[in-house]
Amino acid sequence: MATMAFDRTPAAPAESPDNKVYFDGCRAGKLLLGRCKDTGKLFHYPRHVSPFTLSNNVEFVEAKGTGEIYSWSVARGKEPFCVAYVKLDEGPIMLTNIVECDLDALKCGMKVKVTFKASEGEGAPVPMFVPA
Amino acid sequence: MKNPAYIVGAFEHPTRKAEDKSTAQLHAEVAFGALQDAGLSASDIDGYFCAGDAPGMGGLSMIDYMGLTKLRHYDTTESGGSSYVIHVGHAVEAILQGKCNIALITLAGRPRAEGMQTGTAVRSFGAGVPDEPFEIPYGRTIATMHAMVATRHMYEFGTTSEQLAWIKVAASHHAQHNPHAMLPKVVTVEDVLNSPMVADPLHRLDCCVISDGGGALIVARPEIAKSLKRPLVGVKGWGEAYKHQSAGAIDLTYSAARFSGAMAFEKAGVKPADIKYASIYDSFTISVLVQLEDLGFCEKGQGGRFVADGNLISGVGRLPFNTDGGGLCNNHPSNRGGMTKVIEAVRQARGEAHPKVQVPNADLVLANGKGGNLGTRHGCGTVILERE
Repeated sequence: MATMAFDRTPAAPAESPDNKVYFDGCRAGKLLLGRCKDTGKLFHYPRHVSPFTLSNNVEFVEAKGTGEIYSWSVARGKEPFCVAYVKLDEGPIMLTNIVECDLDALKCGMKVKVTFKASEGEGAPVPMFVPA
Repeated sequence: MKNPAYIVGAFEHPTRKAEDKSTAQLHAEVAFGALQDAGLSASDIDGYFCAGDAPGMGGLSMIDYMGLTKLRHYDTTESGGSSYVIHVGHAVEAILQGKCNIALITLAGRPRAEGMQTGTAVRSFGAGVPDEPFEIPYGRTIATMHAMVATRHMYEFGTTSEQLAWIKVAASHHAQHNPHAMLPKVVTVEDVLNSPMVADPLHRLDCCVISDGGGALIVARPEIAKSLKRPLVGVKGWGEAYKHQSAGAIDLTYSAARFSGAMAFEKAGVKPADIKYASIYDSFTISVLVQLEDLGFCEKGQGGRFVADGNLISGVGRLPFNTDGGGLCNNHPSNRGGMTKVIEAVRQARGEAHPKVQVPNADLVLANGKGGNLGTRHGCGTVILERE
């Protein structure tokens, strides 16, 4: 028997000078990663400091928005929903929700693709994933 | 005297719901209890260690409240529930460096009286935490973050819910002998599996209790320890380590105990097989399993097999653990289990655990604490204690 994920409205992300580029990307329907220009390595969550060298020699690059579930759980409240880590095809793993899905059919390795979900109030939309 | 410093006082508050006491009172009561246990007084304390549960700016209000007038050294290292295990190591180092002679470590809190939904509510550490905007919109909780470690462990290593349940079963076998335990009833694997799912694959009985209370420890230099009347419990090894999200290269299957444990074992010059009793941080059953692997009690991925069939039950298995019932059944004061882990390890080393769970000749014991999110942002502290 299928148990559909509850269609919850996410809390608005707290925007800051550091993460504004990322959430502006979300407003434009783009999922951004950080890229350290010293090492060429990608990272999530994006910020203006490289987690590899601590320099500010970083840029933001768009991810394809596809990946697979690395791990998942279902919060079993009255309105169950899935919290997951998704491994993007580019490599980094990010925390997210899997939405519009059967909560009884979730598996590590399941292919997923990004969707942007409106958050509360004037908040930026946030990237979530649906089965691909 | 073989060790650089000794745990000369230990006290666990008996309350589990402190509606009639403030957090400051609880800190003072556990401090007094540990001083009485040691045979010392407040005026002997010249080092104080506390973490984020202490009300006020760092420990300044508690130093004032408790009247600690002789302080020469003070440390507020905050690493969640592992803080107090890390504090033991820091106290030893401070004593070695001549910064203090007698160190007091306190923990206290009252989340139960305050009605806190510790594991199932979205918690924030306030404005400006850089990672939270990438997490809070997703409604992540302590329970779901730990649950994802279990999901991945099951996926990579074939660990089962039955195996995780054995950890709770073992804790419950111990808790039945503890008159203060919140959950003193012995449970079965089936009881755990039949309890409601909180966050797949963790059931309600895979989770620790929410309780009030606290605990305190006194660490002293060797010549002071020798002058007191308590059994000599030396700090033989200690280590601390911190793990993070690795910029997105996340690997949920291990904890920082891999490194804090290795440091502690190296300092102590002993091996996991030498340990007679282990206190393992047990916010959830999966927390225990991952730490046991990382501390080297079994190979990575073999934790499920290691904990099954009562292997953690005192008098039954190879590695008796959390003989007070642990956070899973006894007490998880202030949502921070590291203090009670050290206290029960001290009881075991002294031979003062409940007779039904006391490990014979427990002359080498270990305590491990973990604070923060298992798998990603957390700190671990390990101590190895020796009875002389």
